[in-house]
Formats: sequence, C-alpha cells, structure tokens
Amino acid sequence: MTVYHDSFPWLTIIGLIPLVGSFLLLVPGFADLAIKRIALLVSLVTLGWVAVMTADYNVHKAGFQFAQSTSWIGQFGIRYAVGTDGIGLVLILLVAVLVPVVILASWHDAEAARPTATSVRTFFSLLLAMETLMIGVFAATDVFLFYVFFEAMLIPMYFIIGAFGGPQRSYAAVKFLLYSLVGGLLMLAAMIGLYVQSVHQLGHGTFDIFALEKLHLSTGLQDWLFLGFFIAFAIKAPLWPFHTWLPDAGAESPIGGSVLLVGVLDKVGTFGFLRYCIPLFPSASKTFAPYVVALGIVGILYGALVAMAQRDLKRLVSYTSVAHFGFIAMGVFAFTSQGGTGAVLYMVNHGLSTGALFLVVGFLIARRGSRNIDDFGGAAKQAPILGGAFLLAGLSSLALPGLNSFVSEFLVLVGTFTRYRAAAVVATVGIILAALYVLIAYQRTMQGPLKAGLEKMKDLDVREIAVISPVLALVVVLGVYPKPLIDIIKPSVTATYDRANRHDPAPLDASACPLPGGYDGTGKTLPDFLTPAQYAAVKQGACS
Amino acid sequence: MNPANYLVLAAVIFTIGAVGVLVRRNAIVVFMCIELMLNAANLTLVTFSRLRGSLDGQVIAFFVMVVAAAEVVVGLAIIVTIFRTRRSASVDDANLLKY
Amino acid sequence: MTYTAASGLFAATWLLLLFPLVGAALLLLGGKALDRAGYQFATLMPIASFVLAVVLFFHLKSQPTSGRAVDDHLYSWIAVGGFHVSAGLLLDPLSMIFVLLITGVGSLIHIYSIGYMAHDPGRRRFFGYLNLFVAAMLLLVLADSYLGLYVGWEGVGLASYLLIAFWQYKPAAGTAAKKAFVMNRVGDVGLSLAIMLMFATLDKVDYAGVFGGVHHIGHADLTAIALLLLLGACGKSGQVPLQGWLPDAMEGPTPVSALIHAATMVTAGVYLIARSAPIFDLAPEARLVVTIVGAVTLLFGAAVGCAYDDIKKVLAYSTVSQIGYMFLAVGLGPAGYAIAIIHLVAHGFFKATMFLGAGSVMHAMDDQVDMRRFGGLRSVMPVTFATFLMGYLAIIGFPLWSGFWTKDKIIEASFDKGGTSGYILGICALLGAGVTAFYMTRLMILTFFGKRRWTEGVHPHESPVSMTAPMIVLAIGSAVGGFLLILNGGVQHWLTPVLGKSAEEGVHTVNGTVLTIITLLVVAGGMSGAYVAFGRPTVRIPWTPPQAGAVVTAARRNLYGDAFNEAVFMRPGQYLTRFLVFVDGRGVDGAVGGLAALVGGTSGRMRRAQNGFVRSYALSMSLGAVALVGALLLVRFG
Repeated sequence: MTVYHDSFPWLTIIGLIPLVGSFLLLVPGFADLAIKRIALLVSLVTLGWVAVMTADYNVHKAGFQFAQSTSWIGQFGIRYAVGTDGIGLVLILLVAVLVPVVILASWHDAEAARPTATSVRTFFSLLLAMETLMIGVFAATDVFLFYVFFEAMLIPMYFIIGAFGGPQRSYAAVKFLLYSLVGGLLMLAAMIGLYVQSVHQLGHGTFDIFALEKLHLSTGLQDWLFLGFFIAFAIKAPLWPFHTWLPDAGAESPIGGSVLLVGVLDKVGTFGFLRYCIPLFPSASKTFAPYVVALGIVGILYGALVAMAQRDLKRLVSYTSVAHFGFIAMGVFAFTSQGGTGAVLYMVNHGLSTGALFLVVGFLIARRGSRNIDDFGGAAKQAPILGGAFLLAGLSSLALPGLNSFVSEFLVLVGTFTRYRAAAVVATVGIILAALYVLIAYQRTMQGPLKAGLEKMKDLDVREIAVISPVLALVVVLGVYPKPLIDIIKPSVTATYDRANRHDPAPLDASACPLPGGYDGTGKTLPDFLTPAQYAAVKQGACS
Repeated sequence: MNPANYLVLAAVIFTIGAVGVLVRRNAIVVFMCIELMLNAANLTLVTFSRLRGSLDGQVIAFFVMVVAAAEVVVGLAIIVTIFRTRRSASVDDANLLKY
Repeated sequence: MTYTAASGLFAATWLLLLFPLVGAALLLLGGKALDRAGYQFATLMPIASFVLAVVLFFHLKSQPTSGRAVDDHLYSWIAVGGFHVSAGLLLDPLSMIFVLLITGVGSLIHIYSIGYMAHDPGRRRFFGYLNLFVAAMLLLVLADSYLGLYVGWEGVGLASYLLIAFWQYKPAAGTAAKKAFVMNRVGDVGLSLAIMLMFATLDKVDYAGVFGGVHHIGHADLTAIALLLLLGACGKSGQVPLQGWLPDAMEGPTPVSALIHAATMVTAGVYLIARSAPIFDLAPEARLVVTIVGAVTLLFGAAVGCAYDDIKKVLAYSTVSQIGYMFLAVGLGPAGYAIAIIHLVAHGFFKATMFLGAGSVMHAMDDQVDMRRFGGLRSVMPVTFATFLMGYLAIIGFPLWSGFWTKDKIIEASFDKGGTSGYILGICALLGAGVTAFYMTRLMILTFFGKRRWTEGVHPHESPVSMTAPMIVLAIGSAVGGFLLILNGGVQHWLTPVLGKSAEEGVHTVNGTVLTIITLLVVAGGMSGAYVAFGRPTVRIPWTPPQAGAVVTAARRNLYGDAFNEAVFMRPGQYLTRFLVFVDGRGVDGAVGGLAALVGGTSGRMRRAQNGFVRSYALSMSLGAVALVGALLLVRFG
C-alpha cells in the first residue's frame, strides 16, 4: 500500500475548521441568529475546502493521499497519522455535504426542543464538533487515533439526542451510548492485542495500520481479533441482530441528529469493515465472510419487513436503514470489485437518500406535531412540493433505476451474485419489500382523503426547499452520472481487496471449455492436457 | 518474661474492643472501644519491636497514637454535633446515609 | 450481430428521449406558473419526437440491411472491474417500430388528453407524468444494454404508478398504484437476476456482448436466464400469474389506460422476449413455458372479460388476453417473433381506439363505468360509436380489419408448431378468438345498442374535437393497419435482421384457408352467443347483475386471482411482519433489555446491604478481615 505524504496538511486543516468554529460559538455574546449563521458559514467553508481537496485527489493513485504522520504518544508508538484513499474521501465528502444541510434543516429546532438561553449555541457547537470528529474518523490511519475519534464521536451525539430529542430521549441516548461503548470496548481489547503482537514481532509497538497489516497472526488469534473489531463495527453499522438501538436513537433524535446519525455516523461501521477488518485480518475475513453475508441478508429482509409494520415515521426510516446496511455489509464481504465499490457507493447514496427521507419526514412531523403515521393522509394535496420530495426520496430509498441508490444496489447484488449466488437471489427479493415499505408509507401519509388536522398544512418554505433540493439534486445526478464517484472509489476498493489477496471471480465462460469429448462432462476426469482456463471453466460448472 | 503473654493480652484487649464496637450503641463507648483496639495494636507493635530488637515497631506505635489522637478530635466533634441536633448519641439513630 | 456506431443523423437519436424528458422536468418542477400553458408545451414534445422518429425511420430504411442497427453511445455509465455499462441507445428495426408506435400513439393520446383533462386541476402534473412515461418508454426500447432497458423498465413502472394514483384522493387509486408497482417489482426481480446471471456467465450485460456470447453459456444457465426474463415480462405485461395489477390499474384516468395499460407499456414484455430472441432461440424449454403462459393468459383474460360489467375492466382483461396472444406467438420462436410484433402494433391501435372510446363514453356519462347503466348510446355519440366499432371489428378479427390479419397468423403459427403441443396451443388460441368475440360483442351491445338504461340526470353528448380527432385517426389505423402491416410481408422482412428469418412457408399443419374459415366460424359463434344472451329485443338488462352460477361468479372475481394473492401472500405477509415486530421488541431488543434489567435488578437488591447502620458495616468489615486472614492461613498452612 503506497502512502503519498503531502506537505500541505489538507486533512488537518479541514478537521480543524469546524472545531475552531465549534469553540467560537461558545464565546458568549453572539445572538442566536449570528450563531446559526456562523455555524452555516463554517460548514460551508469546510465544504469548500473538501471540494478543493477532492479536486486535488489523484484518482490514478490507489494509495493513501494527503498523508501526514507525527509522533503523538511516543512511548506507545502512537502517532497522529492521517491520510485518505478514495473510500475515506467520498465519505468525508458526504460529511461535508450533509453538515450544512443539517445545520440549515435544524434552524429552529434547538430553541424549540429546549427553550433555554444557551441551547442554540450548544446545539450548533455540538454539530460542528461532530463534523470534526466524523472527518477525523474517516481520515485516521493510526488505529489508536481512529479509536479516539470513534469513541469521542459518541459524546456530542449523546448530548444531541439526550438534550434535544423527543420524549424518550434519555432512554434512547443511554441505549445508543451503551451499545457503542460495548462495541468500543471489544475493539479496544482487540487493538491492544494487535499492539502486543506488534511489540513481539517488530520489537517496537505501533498502531500504524500499514505496519499492523504486515504482522503474521496465527489463525486462531486472527479470528478473535477480527471478531473484536467486527462486533464493534457491526454494532455501529448496525447489522442484525445488533440493530435495536438504531430505531430508538433515530426516532428520538432531533431531525438533524437523525440525519447525521444514520447518514454518516453509522457508515463508520461499514467503513471500518473495509479499512480495518479486511486488511488487518485477511484470512479471518475470508473465514467469516459467509456468515457476514448471511447476517446481511437477514438484515435486508428483516429490516424491510419490520419497517413495513412501523407506525412511527422515524422508526420506519430507521428500520429501512437496517435493510440498507445489510446490503452494504453483503457487498463488502462479497470480495468482488463490484460488490465493494457498490458498497462504498451505497454508503454515500444511503447517506443522501435516507438523509433526504429523514429531512422530509422531519418536515412532516414539524407540521403535524406527531410522528404517528395514522395522523397523516392525503398530505400531497395540501403540500405538493413536500409530497414530491417525499416520493423522490422514497424512490431513491427503494433504488429506482435512474436514481443514485440503484447504481450502488445493483453493483452490490451483481458483485455478490458472482460469488454467493444463492445469497444474491434471496437479497434481490429485498427490492420487492423495499417497494412495499416506501409505497405503504407514501400512501398512508400522502394519498387518500385528507386527514383531519392537516387542513392548514403549509407547503415547504424557502428554507426547507433550500435544505432538500441539493440533496435531491445529488440523488438524481449520481443516478445518471455516477462515474466521478466510481472513479474515486473503485481503485481503492480493489487495492483494499488486493491487500487481503482477494480478486474477482472469473465469469463462468463456457468458451474456455474443452471441446466435447475432451472430458467426461462431470469434471471428474480432468486430463492433464487441459489449460488452466479450461480447468477453471470445468471446475466452475460452466461446461455442463 | 514471655512475650507471648503480651501478645495474648493484646488479643484479649482487641477482642474486647471489637465486640464493644459491634454491640454497643452509644457513640462515645464505640469510640472508646476503637481506642482499645488501636492500643491493642500498639501493644503488639511494641512487643514485636522488642522481640526483633528493632525500633521500627515503636516508631509505628507513635504514628498510630498520633492518628488516633487526630481521629478522636474529628470523631468527637462529629459526635457532639450529632448530639446537638438529634439529642442522641446512638449510632443506630444516625442512619440517614444509606441506599 | 454487429452494431454500427451512430453518425450523422443517427447521432441525434438521443433527442428522441430528450424532448419528453425536458417536457416532464419543466412541467413537474416548473410550479404553478405553467398551469395554464404547460400542457400545450407537453403535447408538442412527443409530437417532436414522432417527427424525428419518422425522419430516422426513413433514414434507417435507406441504409443497407446490415447497417440498420445503429448504436448511439452517449457516455460510460457504470464501469467497475468487468462490469461495464454505457449509456447508449440502439436504433434498429425492432426498436424503430416501437419508437414509432410509442411516439405516434403517445402524441394522439396527448392531444386527446387536452380535451379529457380540460377541467382537472392537476392537468399540469398529468401532462408532466405523461411526458415522463414517454421518455421512460423510449428508453426502454432504445437502450442498448439490459441494464439500460431495466432503467426504462422501472421508469415506465414509476410513470404508471404516478398516473394510476393520479387522483390520489381516491383510496382505491393509491392502492391500485401500489399494487401495480409491487407486482411489477416481482417481475423486476426476475429481470435483475437475469442480468446478474448474464454478467456472471459472460461478463457482459449489453446486447452486443450477450448475444455475441450466448453460445458460450451452458444450457442450464441459458434456460434460467430465459425463464427469469419471462418472469420480468410477465410482471410488466400482466401475464398469469402476475396479471392481477392490470385491471386495477384502470383507476387511473382513461388516456393513461389507453396509452400505458393497453398500447405501449404492457407490451414491453413482448418486446423484451423478442429483443432477447438470440437467448430464447437456444432455449426451447423456456419458449415452451412462454407459449404456455401465453395460452393460459389469453383464456384467463377472455374468460374474466366476459363477466365484468365495468367497461374499462372488460377492456383491461381483453388487453391481458391479447397480450397472451402475443406471448403465445413470441414463444413460438423465429416463426412467431415477427407475428407477435405485428399483432402488438395492430393491438396498440385498436385497443387505444376502444379505450379512448370508453373514455369518451365515460366523459359523456358523468364518469360512470357500469355498462348496465349505458345502452343505446349509438345515436347520441355517433363518432364515438363509429370509431369504437372499428376497434371492435379489429379485435374480433372481422375479415379485412386488422385482427383478422394478425390474430389469424398467430392461430395458424400455433398449429404449425406441430406435435401435440401445437394442437393444444392452436385450439386454445382458436377458443380464445371465440370468447373474445363473445365478450366484445357483449360490450358493444350493452354500451351502444338496446334500451337506454341511463341513471337520472345523465345527458350524454358527443365529445369535443380534440378527443374525437385522435379517435378517428386511431380508428383508421385499426381498420387498415393490420393489412398494411402484413402487406408483402413488409414488417417481417424489416424485422428479419433482428429476429432472424421466419419459418419457411408451406409447412402448415392445417391448411391456411380451412383454418381461416374455422376461425371465422368460431368468431361468428361467439358473436351470436352474445347476441342471444344480451342483444335480443326481449332480453332485459337489470342494473344489478343477476345471481349466477359458480363459473360466472368465479369469473366475476377474476377466477379468484386476487383472493389467491391475498390468502397466500398478503395475509401471511402481514402476520409475518407483525410477528417480526414482536420478535424485534421482545426477542432481539428483549434480550438486550433483559440483560440490562438483570444487572439493574441485581444491583438493586445488593444496594440493600447499605442499610445505614454503622455497626453492621463494622461487622461486615470484621467478617471480611477474618475471612481474609483465614484464607491467608489456609494458603500458608492448608
């Protein structure tokens, strides 16, 4: 794995901008409106920097770019090491895009949820702090540094849910925190295990991922360490059956928090699979891959079915995410360039589509003051723009071809199909269920006769249109022209799999088959004169 | 002079003190019982110091006395305050600090 | 098969798509500002596409036969590893026919809708959706890869969803739209799995690559691909077992039923199978399944069509049945591909005519659809009657009208398949023709003849010119279209480069003339049956349908198709979701919650030890010290 160091500290600066902004907001004396404007400005400046950095990213180099490394805690070989490949880059881009959207979407939420003098500055300061930590978690190339960001991220999120959330907020916040901490604990143990190994094998301890992946770990040890990391990430993602914190947290969090939580924070889990689990523990990844794929399938079907029966709009959206994360995990562990690329693209697309869905649902809830789906009905007539936005976001969620999610979902399915055929077939059934949960929700809220209490419902105002339209525009554009993102992601995914020594299976091509009569058709008698290609074709059953 | 006798005496005093702490309700008496236990410990320390021909034990005994004195100061102050507010020196009455 | 890269005029193929797409985007995003004039703009868009299509058609015709497949590569859409899909359009004889049909009929129906939707407050939205449909449908037939087709495939599904649910305040409309989308998705699973299987076996999903490598696929995989494609086709085309959504889709405005659910979208399944001819050619077992699906569906649709009183539903089941004919034909392989396409085009004309006629009748009758409340409309709506008559004569295969030329061919080809299966399929097709004549005659009699059974306050009148003009054009198409299509085998020759050569003439199982006469006798039987049952002056048609025997009751409930879906999929599905919610709350979350409760409960009990009595603390300390010393002694001396 090549690491391209950069004299200009891109990632550090990008990470620092929101942090400085976050502290700036705490300076007493700013009016609430000024605070909101500063927060928005800071997030937009960050977005600008990220955009410039992305333009500077060289898609032809598959390694880590913009890398920087300085000693931090020398005694333990801990370094402040950052750098990003295509996978991290697109996720940082996602963070940078979503945070301004979230800030604008939460314009009036803080004082509404918590009418105290300091609530606005606290809320926006927490949001900006989140941004720094999310960028850090995707940019870290030192396992310890990653762990610090990984855990620190919980703190602002805990307060966002716990202080600004719905009626059950403290339950949800504590559940979220405890789940994540348990996962973090397992990861910490596995991390220390790796460190001890590095001391034994290298003579000096290190947390540098590029050094750690060169360690020789016995199979048993690798399995245990893999599980430590995997469970932490599976809780974060969340995969079935570690998912039950998500509906609570997603439903009780304020809308901005839900978008960040489900749109970005959870991606750390699936990102961790690719960045840490697979390169660090290649053979264990291979061992556990079928089980992970199975968990993914369960999640796809289970999440969709449970989503269908939800009465709470936000819980419904949260459960759809469980299904989507099933797809992502399946794609990552299919170990094909299509599956992996599709999975990373899915992370971005899911951030956009579920983000849009949460935003729209948030607009609805704000208008009616209720999350219960039965309180809605026929709303599209009163608010056609809102209805259209809901439908478009929903269609993206059900992966309608032509919209962003389709590209990623199909890549995941095709990538899985070439390795785990049965799994992909079962997962494909998920697309029917996706249509059902989206359309059921749309029908109950938007179609049919107008429900009492909605007569005075207003359509989206200018601010809300400004919030939702960039996201929906991306939903369409990335569906029609996903190439720029794929170009960034694909080399890095292939490089990641190369590190774990996994490659795409060759297509079952009967053109490589030996001529009839050259073999007995059963694959039992394989004469020595077969070429490797012919041998592979017969082995794969293409010559039946 | 058999040093074991001193040790037996110390054990007896300690036991009396311990039982006193456990069975008596009056805070002053409990306090005195604690002093008994401390002094039993002191006696043991001095005895061993003598047996081993080293001064360490005696030095530690002094430390114990100092600590005991300090403890009495604080402890009596607390007891007096409690007595003033509650008109009782029973340790069982002062049970507010619980689950 | 090689495709020529698009150059010159062909490089403008993408404009075909662009026009309606621009129309849709403008109308849907434009807001209220376009409420007044937007629909006119939207009507111009398919017309522009149609004009361009005609120009392209003649240009394509001027090319040598080998150069008639032109690939207009736009840009690289998805490229990951071996998975390369470009956004490209393929203009070849097959897609050309569809483009002409879609833009031609589409334009007429846009014009018709101007009158039909004149007073609807959602007119702008309606035209936007129609434009979106045309764009998606054009993409479906023009795409040069299966994945591109899939985009159009689901795109038309979306447009269909939006248009069925157009009157979204009606609960039935929303439910019907959802049902349509979801049942289509069941088919789409088949289509997407077929694409995955193509990729897994060949590393290709574009037509050129797949058809070029089709000989390398093992037979089992090839049959699987063909059957999965068939599943997709069944979903989109409303074939058994996925037929249930199509009749419900009549909840949408009538122009939608005419355009989407009769003339174009629902025939996409036939297009898919014809397009995949190189695959189906090598998979005879799959073709047999196609013919069986077709035969079953054509009888199913015809049988149910006899029982309904809702004029649009009768037409919808008639569509199901007619597409069954097309499936039957297309399943016959090279002998039938071209015939299927010809029947498809002819059907597009006559079914659109009749749907528009039905819309005209509904327009006149205050949106009623129950034929038992029509009757005697012939005299008050002469134009509608005359055009409807053309469609009627065409569908039953009256001599010289289009159905006579196209449907007879299918019946003939079925017999020509040979063997027992040929006879069975042929007899099914023949029987279907008779039943078709029966239910269509019934519809004609109930609507246009007999006594006036109108409800009070209804004053039927002829529709405005914007509605009748398209009906007249389509009626002319229904009358003479079939003959023109088969004239000199023109369309068959035109399609040969794509679909392969049809079977040689002269190997008939049954003599052609004899078969024609038999067919006509069967049709005449159906017509007279309907006359005897409904048309005699003595027959009274009550407003409420009379009690009927088991067969008719079953047909009135679409042979329990919906009941089956409800009992086998919907109810268990609902129970399953409820059960899973229970599991999620009590099981998965319960396990976690239980663990938390255990820890909490234990500590709750343990804190009781902190009772506040100093002496009990002292006792526990003493006991602890004793235990400690005891343990030490035990270790030391034990």
